[in-house]
Amino acid sequence: MSWPHWIVAPVVLPLATGAALLLIERARPTLAARLSMAATAAQLLLAIGLAVQAADGEVRAYLLGNWQAPFGIALALDRLSALMLVLTGVIALAAITYAAAGEAKLRVDRLGPHFHALFQFQLMGLAGAFLTADLFNLFVFFEVLLIASYGLLLHGGGVARLRAAIHYVSFNLVGSALFLIAASALYGITGTLNMADLAQRVAQLPPESAPLARSAGLLLLVVFCVKAALLPLYFWLPTTYRAASAPVAAVFAIMTKVGVYAVARMYTLVFGADGGPAANLATPWLPLLGMGTIALAAVGALAAQSLRGLIGYLVIASAGTLLLALGLGSLETVAAALFYLVNSTLVVAVLYLLADRIGAQRGDRGDALAPGPFGGEKNLLGAAYLVAAVAVCGLPPLAGFLGKALLLAAARGTGYGVWVWTVVLASSLAIMTSLVRAGSRVFWKPFEPAAPAVATATSSMQAFALGWLFAALLTNAVAAGPLARYTGGAAQQLFERRAYIDAVLGTRPVPAALPIREIAGGKPVVDKP
Amino acid sequence: MTVELLQAIGLGVLTASGVWLMLRARVFDVILGLTLLSYAVNVFIFLTGRVRIGSAPIIDNRLAPTLANYADPLPQALVLTAIVISFAMTALILVIALRANAETGSDHVDGSPALGDGTAGRER
Repeated sequence: MSWPHWIVAPVVLPLATGAALLLIERARPTLAARLSMAATAAQLLLAIGLAVQAADGEVRAYLLGNWQAPFGIALALDRLSALMLVLTGVIALAAITYAAAGEAKLRVDRLGPHFHALFQFQLMGLAGAFLTADLFNLFVFFEVLLIASYGLLLHGGGVARLRAAIHYVSFNLVGSALFLIAASALYGITGTLNMADLAQRVAQLPPESAPLARSAGLLLLVVFCVKAALLPLYFWLPTTYRAASAPVAAVFAIMTKVGVYAVARMYTLVFGADGGPAANLATPWLPLLGMGTIALAAVGALAAQSLRGLIGYLVIASAGTLLLALGLGSLETVAAALFYLVNSTLVVAVLYLLADRIGAQRGDRGDALAPGPFGGEKNLLGAAYLVAAVAVCGLPPLAGFLGKALLLAAARGTGYGVWVWTVVLASSLAIMTSLVRAGSRVFWKPFEPAAPAVATATSSMQAFALGWLFAALLTNAVAAGPLARYTGGAAQQLFERRAYIDAVLGTRPVPAALPIREIAGGKPVVDKP
Repeated sequence: MTVELLQAIGLGVLTASGVWLMLRARVFDVILGLTLLSYAVNVFIFLTGRVRIGSAPIIDNRLAPTLANYADPLPQALVLTAIVISFAMTALILVIALRANAETGSDHVDGSPALGDGTAGRER
């Protein structure tokens, strides 16, 4: 794994695959689906390889175009980036398998054109956003993943998706506009867009530039919270995720975590404790807004009338918990947040796929939280729902419990201890109540006739996708010790910003194959080999 | 100084008009608002390279290679990226809006005006 170009591979592989898929998807749809699945599996292997590489605690930088940072765009790989890449790979593999499964008429990837290509571009945007060390490049990868997500959300068509798409697209376009304002304002003050260089220069800003830098930093926080769905900015999420098809919603579960990742990166590196005049920008806001988000998400979960609507509020609760933990800002709370992130993202993806299966078994009742007929897979799906519900509301023995326990233990040392305990525990109780109520209505309430007119059976590939995610959840619980060490290391790396800065700015370009002697007359003179 | 003031006022008017239009309940107005906002953003990006007259962002042998002698080339490259993305996104949201208009028969942001009375978020 010493080949330096592995770092850019998670961006290049989906890009090349997506482009190839556009060429062959019409003529060879079966081959296209297989190629897409193989590329997603390869993406996961790449991510695991990079995670193993990053586990030694060293930050590795990759200079795109061989330009010395900060003049070119740099990518950087550390534990956090690698963890996010692996998580993306695990969920993407389940989603793509699920999308390409089932009867030919009902297959999600056959509902409209370009599903696999859009899916690969989505993966490219996600991988790029997790790897880049350049603020403007982060914007570009945000756009890549958003553009792909617009297509994926609309995939399959229908009025509900169009309605959701108008809100989702216009909301995110405003977010992009704010991102551009913030990034260019930071460039205007500091003259750089490289995150490592920004970190150094923001810390040394003269007092007269400080207010502008602080406003730009807070604008960025707004942008990331649009993605992550924090309190005043989450109203688009339940409708959008409910309208999307199940595998798309499962991938969208990782998309909200891009916002969380960006907050974790920028508000430790640039606007963290060592940020000089812009130090600790997010700490007054995130804990309060995070707690408000959790509380309202719990209310939303109690009021939900369909299973997928309920899951939408669980996504918001998870984002609120993560941003609350990041906002508390100590090493322990950030470590707890990164540990909790893995379980909470996986379980939401599981629930979306499961809700789709439950809906398929209940005829025209779908996933509405009302008694209805149920097909032959009632007991199996009920058991799966129970496991997922235990994982999502944070009951032992699954890792959701450990994540919340770590967070509560870490929050004791901060000024918000009592509030965090109250809000997290009360909202967990409310969420558990809503899950129990949903489960008993869907699975237990007797209904005549017992069997629905139409029930689509779960195909073996759909079962594989679900089983894969459940296996990931169980692995997360069994291997909680090693994972906690890894996320603890990732949090430590976030706080040791010197290492990141040195790695990005200290990486030298590879010497040119042809030596350039001097610049004379405006033209580089190249020695003949 | 006067030029900067004029630019700042122009940007402010563009942004304010864009935001006002975006808050309206018609998709067409929202799209116009988004367009105005993206114009404002593009001009803003361009101006972060500072206003300079008579200097190119291309290295000239007769001038010392310091930023004092040249226009900053980076915002020009950034604004090009931003223009391409916002242009494509405007086209995309127009297509979505036309499609939604055809399917729902309404130009309202929630699909129909009746849903705009506070019940829009309710699940149906």
